Amino acid sequence: MSDVTREPAGTGRELRLVGFLCNWCSYGGADTAGVGRFIQPTDLRIVRLPCSGRVNPLFIAKTLLYGADGVLVSGCHPRDCHYAEGNFYARRRLEVFRHLLPTLGIDPRRFEYTWVSASEGQRWQQVVSKFTEQIHSLGPAPRLPGAPELEWMQSGVNPA
Amino acid sequence: MRIGVFICHCGSNIAATVDVKKVAEAAWGMNDVVYSTDSMYTCSEPGQQAIEEAIREHKLHGVVVASCSPRMHEPTFRRTVERAGLNRYMFEMANIREHVSWIGRDKALNTLKATELVRMAVEKLRLNRVLTPKKIPATRKVLVIGGGVAGIQASLDCADAGLEVVLVEREPSIGGKMSKLDKTFPTVDCSSCILGPRMVDVAQHERITLYAYSEIDSVSGYVGNFEVNIRKKASYVDWEKCTGCGACTEKCPSRKTFDRFNEGLGATTAINIPFPQAIPKKATITAGACRQFQGKKCGVCAKFCPTGAINHEQKDEIVTVKVGAIVAATGYDLTDWTVYGEYGAGRYPDVITSLQYERMLSASGPYGGHIKRPSNGEEPKSIVFIQCVGSRDPSIGRPYCSGFCCMYTAKQAIMTKDHIPDSRSYVFYMDIRSPGKGYDEFTRRAQEEYGAQYVRGRVSQVYPRGDKMVVRGADTLLGLPVEVEADLVVLAVGGEASRDAPKLAEKLRISYDGFGFFMEGHPKLKPVETNTAGVFLAGSCQGLKDIPSSVSQGSAAAAKVMALLSRDMLESDPQTALVDIKRCIGCSKCVKVCPFGAIREQDLRGQIKAEVLEAVCQGCGLCNATCPQGAIQLSHATDNQILAEVEALLCQM
Amino acid sequence: MSQKNSYAYYPGCSAAGTSREYDISTRALCAALGLRLVDVPDWNCCGSTPAHTVDHALSAALSARNLAQSEALGLDRLITPCPSCLKNVHNAIEHMQDQHFREKVDKLTLRPLRRNHRVLSVLQVILEDVTPAGLANMVRKPLTNLKLVAYYGCLLTRPGRSMRFDDEENPTSIDRLLEAVGATMLPFPFKMECCGGSFGIPRGDVVARLGGRILSLAASTGADAVVVACPLCQMNLDTRQRQINAAGGTNIRLPVFYYTQLLGLALGLEEEKLCFDQLEVDPGPVLSRIGQAAAEEATA
Repeated sequence: MSDVTREPAGTGRELRLVGFLCNWCSYGGADTAGVGRFIQPTDLRIVRLPCSGRVNPLFIAKTLLYGADGVLVSGCHPRDCHYAEGNFYARRRLEVFRHLLPTLGIDPRRFEYTWVSASEGQRWQQVVSKFTEQIHSLGPAPRLPGAPELEWMQSGVNPA
Repeated sequence: MRIGVFICHCGSNIAATVDVKKVAEAAWGMNDVVYSTDSMYTCSEPGQQAIEEAIREHKLHGVVVASCSPRMHEPTFRRTVERAGLNRYMFEMANIREHVSWIGRDKALNTLKATELVRMAVEKLRLNRVLTPKKIPATRKVLVIGGGVAGIQASLDCADAGLEVVLVEREPSIGGKMSKLDKTFPTVDCSSCILGPRMVDVAQHERITLYAYSEIDSVSGYVGNFEVNIRKKASYVDWEKCTGCGACTEKCPSRKTFDRFNEGLGATTAINIPFPQAIPKKATITAGACRQFQGKKCGVCAKFCPTGAINHEQKDEIVTVKVGAIVAATGYDLTDWTVYGEYGAGRYPDVITSLQYERMLSASGPYGGHIKRPSNGEEPKSIVFIQCVGSRDPSIGRPYCSGFCCMYTAKQAIMTKDHIPDSRSYVFYMDIRSPGKGYDEFTRRAQEEYGAQYVRGRVSQVYPRGDKMVVRGADTLLGLPVEVEADLVVLAVGGEASRDAPKLAEKLRISYDGFGFFMEGHPKLKPVETNTAGVFLAGSCQGLKDIPSSVSQGSAAAAKVMALLSRDMLESDPQTALVDIKRCIGCSKCVKVCPFGAIREQDLRGQIKAEVLEAVCQGCGLCNATCPQGAIQLSHATDNQILAEVEALLCQM
Repeated sequence: MSQKNSYAYYPGCSAAGTSREYDISTRALCAALGLRLVDVPDWNCCGSTPAHTVDHALSAALSARNLAQSEALGLDRLITPCPSCLKNVHNAIEHMQDQHFREKVDKLTLRPLRRNHRVLSVLQVILEDVTPAGLANMVRKPLTNLKLVAYYGCLLTRPGRSMRFDDEENPTSIDRLLEAVGATMLPFPFKMECCGGSFGIPRGDVVARLGGRILSLAASTGADAVVVACPLCQMNLDTRQRQINAAGGTNIRLPVFYYTQLLGLALGLEEEKLCFDQLEVDPGPVLSRIGQAAAEEATA
């Protein structure tokens, strides 16, 4: 394994943020933010999905249990779904799911969902910045007892 | 599996803030990666060739390119790998430009992020499967909804190209808004002279079947294979027998029926033919106004009809047609101008709409082409036009510019001067919006040659004083309040989405915006496509537009239909949901959740199982997230593939 | 105490001064209609235009105090005859939806509001609770042979989103009530024009011009008189009618009634109780004409 992953040890600032974005609106919005050179914190890694309605709440639970410090889901604005109504299903599922997080021992503030259209580059910048800031104020997610030591944990990327 | 990784510099777009070589080095250590390199412009011809060569040389099974957004170049690279003999779905992209190099300043952190995105792409690719598009047969027939100028154009173009066309129009005649206009801008040529022949072409074309006075009842099926139920509304006249002679309309005693075609300017009879050039030229009974339907003894029309076509017992009739493609061209309606109480429209007879004015100007209209004050029949000498009535006004929920009012107002001012040479026209405007060939010159002519007095400012009130109408407003260039005494006030009413447009959108399973306008596939690159395969848009239903643009879009939609139906077999996108029959418990939750009706129940040896209609499935994955068993999986974005990406990020042991 | 037909009544400060006749006739009319008015104890001026041009929180606090004062009465509805007072109370309630603003107001009043009042004009109560049909049943002296224009003024229905009464640009409430008691209501396009309001003091010329336009158009319709529902409108059109005539070189003589005075008259209340003598332009000739045509027809 190369040493690239260990490179930013000195900075020690990044947390593990995962984003699930629909292809048509929010992924496009993140692209628009890039085209507009709207500088954002670098912590977030984006998984591209066809629709926010494709998000199974279990994805989020697993991502958090694997050790992510925060999960962000973003889709098209309500009424603007590429698939007509996918984001309505997403909204209902994710809202219920948010209330279940405490029973999993997870701080519900580590999970957010929102709507960003393909033209809202600036809004995407704000969403990422605010969410990253929110997770940083919570700090790294507490390690679950017995969880395996993972490579990135030793790399020093995570201050934990 | 043998995977090749290509990291793009994109000139300095990526390389300036990402250590591209380091990312390429790191990729060598990833699972199944047997080849990794960096390239200056991967999407360029040499860049693509390098990929093709690497595929052959290293016997690659799959390729990852880390460069720009997949929304930009995924189709490009899919073709590249296909040329080298791979299945096009054995390809993944990592977006290290829009999502990394352009938004992060710290090169070390960017390099780390880029590396992780590449690893996520590699892990997903490892689970990719070869996907092959299915061939589906297509019905070479198109349904056009709406017989305005856009729908007429689309119908004629499709029919001329050899396709069978079914044209459905809600009103008793085709022609739409254009048929109500007297003249058209910027050439001031006669509207019915240019539209009329096209309407006749529709009626006479051997490949066009016209259903007038009909609406879409329901739509099922999918691209190439739609099944549409058309409701032929009861006209109470057997159109097979009706010759359009008009004897019934002459004798009908109910002569105060609201005249829809003439926008209520004047009255018509309960049984009527909307206008002389109507296509089809058939009579229709307005049940609400007919004496017979009000329980009074009448039946005069039946008595005088020479062909015995009148049938008061007629019922709505449903006709089913099978088509391969659908063009929605449902146009627009006027915004409700009566919400402007301060203009007194609807209260004062001498305050009329622009469309009523068109009917007034029209030689075949109720005023015989003479401009007269509705209150007393006198010729007006002073006419005030108020622009932006129902446009650019957030307070009534119409913040958009309707786009055509500036132009038709200039036309009406010119027409007014032609009809009444000693008249004076005043136009209250916010801005003059006249982008278009010959448009700005036209509005200048109205002012300079025809002497229309343009006043920049809004009107605050219209009220009667004596037998005149006083128009009070602001002249914002002078910075003064102004008053104009007018004989006639014409409101340049804007447009809004056709009534019930959202209902039709839901039947067609296409999206619509907050105002009810149908959503195009892409605002720039797919202006007439929708996100539902096989459904196209033309004219003002997509957003308000003038006649030239509507006609262009009608032809554009027809071109799209022809391209689609030029083949007997269609290819479907294989990124669809797939059911694992062994795991499916037949709960049918997926059937309920699917927005496209793409999943149906099938009986498999006495057990209910879900079945995906691949041609209908749009690949949203709602069913996948709903299935309690994980039995239905979206190809190319399965649960395992998504989790593989997450694990690649978080669970590297 | 019965809630039904009982209302917390906020007369407003004009009622204690320039528009006593409005207050007196309103009370007399409501008593005749069986509407029980309970005065808000120790009410204060709403601050009218001067307060909100200086300080929004102060303006809202003045209205909030009146609302707080009326809480002790235990009545759900607060009514006022004055459109300006009504608008200020509505504004206060609307702005206090904002928590930050509300805290500022509460600091000024020292008494946070607990109760949600429905705030209405007396006109709206008569229109909706008594109804024109109900009124028609109680008429003793129909106002026949009386041609009127109703002048609503700029405030009574605007802005529509907070006043929520009648048509914003073309109200008909006063017309409907007076038609029910036999008066002939003429169409009047300037029913919503501004009369100049409180400009009467600093800029008499503005009121002379604006008021002049309203009165000229009213006179041109052939009306016998103008009917209003706003103390300020009445003051500008009636007491300043001589100034308006002088400024415009006109010779208009139109009595300007409160609708409460005319409804009271139709219900058979004595003229003294309705304070017709408080009007500047003598209403005598117009009042004496009421019912004449009918009488003539009867004798003929």
